[in-house]
Amino acid sequence: MVESKASNPQNSEEKSNNPRQEEMFLATVKGKETNLPDDLYVPPNALEILLDSFAGPLDFLLYLIKKQNLDILDINVAKITEQYTSYIDLMDAMQVELAGDYLVMAAYLAELKSRMLLPRPEEQAEEEDPRAELIKRLQEYQRYKEAAERIDKIPRLDRELFAAQAKLPEFATVAPLIDVPLEDLTIALAEVMRRAEQSQAHLINFEELSTRERMSQILERMKTESFIEFTSLFNSKEGKIGVVVTFLAILELLKDSLIEIVQSEEFGPIHIKGIEEVH
Amino acid sequence: MEYKLKEILEALLLSASRPISIDDMVKVFEDPKPSKDEIRNALNSIEEDCSSRGIELKRIASGYRLQVKQSLSEYVAKLWEEKPPKFSKATLETLALIAYKQPITRGEIEEIRGVTVGTQLMRGLMERGWVKIVGQRDVPGRPSLYSTTKEFLDYFGLQHLRELPELPALPELKSIELELPIEEPESLDDNSQTIN
Repeated sequence: MVESKASNPQNSEEKSNNPRQEEMFLATVKGKETNLPDDLYVPPNALEILLDSFAGPLDFLLYLIKKQNLDILDINVAKITEQYTSYIDLMDAMQVELAGDYLVMAAYLAELKSRMLLPRPEEQAEEEDPRAELIKRLQEYQRYKEAAERIDKIPRLDRELFAAQAKLPEFATVAPLIDVPLEDLTIALAEVMRRAEQSQAHLINFEELSTRERMSQILERMKTESFIEFTSLFNSKEGKIGVVVTFLAILELLKDSLIEIVQSEEFGPIHIKGIEEVH
Repeated sequence: MEYKLKEILEALLLSASRPISIDDMVKVFEDPKPSKDEIRNALNSIEEDCSSRGIELKRIASGYRLQVKQSLSEYVAKLWEEKPPKFSKATLETLALIAYKQPITRGEIEEIRGVTVGTQLMRGLMERGWVKIVGQRDVPGRPSLYSTTKEFLDYFGLQHLRELPELPALPELKSIELELPIEEPESLDDNSQTIN
C-alpha cells in the first residue's frame, strides 16, 4: 500500500485520521461495480461497542469482508489489512485496550501483505498464494461460526422445550436399610468403649472458700482470743487455695484496719490482734 | 399388568426432573420386574396416547422425557417470566467446535476461532455439564481433550450427535487456487482499483 500513498497523497492524508476513507473506494464484485455501503464507517465511540459484539478478530474480518459485499475468495489482502489496521490504530488512538488476539491478527495480516508485495521468482510461481492461508482460516472459522448459529437455533430446554412435570404426591422416603454384620457391630462397640476410657473425667471440686467468709471467721475467733498466732490461722487440709484465701483475708482485714500484725522479736512468731476499740 | 405398568411409567416420567432411562424404570419395580421389552411396549403406548394431548414422549440421550409438544411451546413460554438464557457467540462457537470436532484441545479451538478461549468459558461449559474432559493429548504439555456429554444432547432434545445440524461444508481447496490469480504488486497502486 506504500505505492498507493505515494501516488495519491491527498487521499492518504485523509486516510491517516479518518476511517471514512473507505466510502471513496469503489469495489467491483465479479465485474459489477458497487458502492461500498455507508455503514462501513463506524463512529469511533460505536466501534468499541461494535468490537465487543464480535467473537474475535476473524469474526471482525468476516464482517469487514461482508460489508464490502465481497466473497471470502475475492478478498484483497492489502485492502483488508489496511482497513483492519486502521480500525486497530483508531482504537489505539482512543486508548482502548484491545484483546491481544486483535493485535496478533494485525501482525499476521501485515506479514501476509509484505509477502504479497515481494516479487515472486519464476521458479516459485507454483508456491501457494499467501492469501490461500488466510482464506483457509477464514473459511474454516466461518464453518464453525455458522455451525454455532445453527446450534443456537436448535430447540432447547426452557426456550422451546419444556419438560412436563406433575406435582409429587406426599410420600415417605424410604431410606434403604443396610445389613450390618454382628462382627462390625462389636468392633464399633469396642471402639466406643476404648474412647470412653480415654476420656475419663477428672472432676475437680472446689471447696467453697471465700475471702469474705474467711475474714468473718478470723474476726469471730478474735472475739475469744486477743492474740492469734499467724500460722494457726492456716489449715493445711485446705491446701494451697486455703492458704491463699486465708492470707488474702488477713490482708483485707489489715487494709480495713480491723486487725494489727505484731511481732515481738526478730524471727519470732507473728501474731495478729484486734484493734483496741477507742472508747 | 400392562395397564398398571403404563400408569407407573407415566408417573415416573412426570415425577423426575430429569430424563429417565429404561434401566432406571426397571429399578423401581419389585420382583417380578417387567422386562425391558414390556417397558418399551408400554412407552410406545404412552406415546400413542400423547397424540391427542399437549405433551409428547421424547427419546433423548439419557433416556425418555415427557415434554410439552414443541408446537405448543409459544403458549407455554408466555407463562415464563424469566427469559431463557442467551449464549454468547464465544460460548456457542466453542460448543460447536467441541461438538463437531471432539475430542479437541483448547489450543485447537483457539486456533480455529483465532481467539483465546477463557478459562471461565470452559469452566462454565463444564459446570453446566455439557462438556467434559475425556483425556489428554499425548503431546508436550499434555493438553486436556474435551468432548460433549449426554446432558448437552438432552438440553437440545437430541438423542445422538449425528442429529446435530450438518456442519457447513468446506469449499474444496482446488477451487480456491483456481480462483486466485497471482496478485501483481503493481495492481495495488490505486485506491479505485478493482478487486479480483
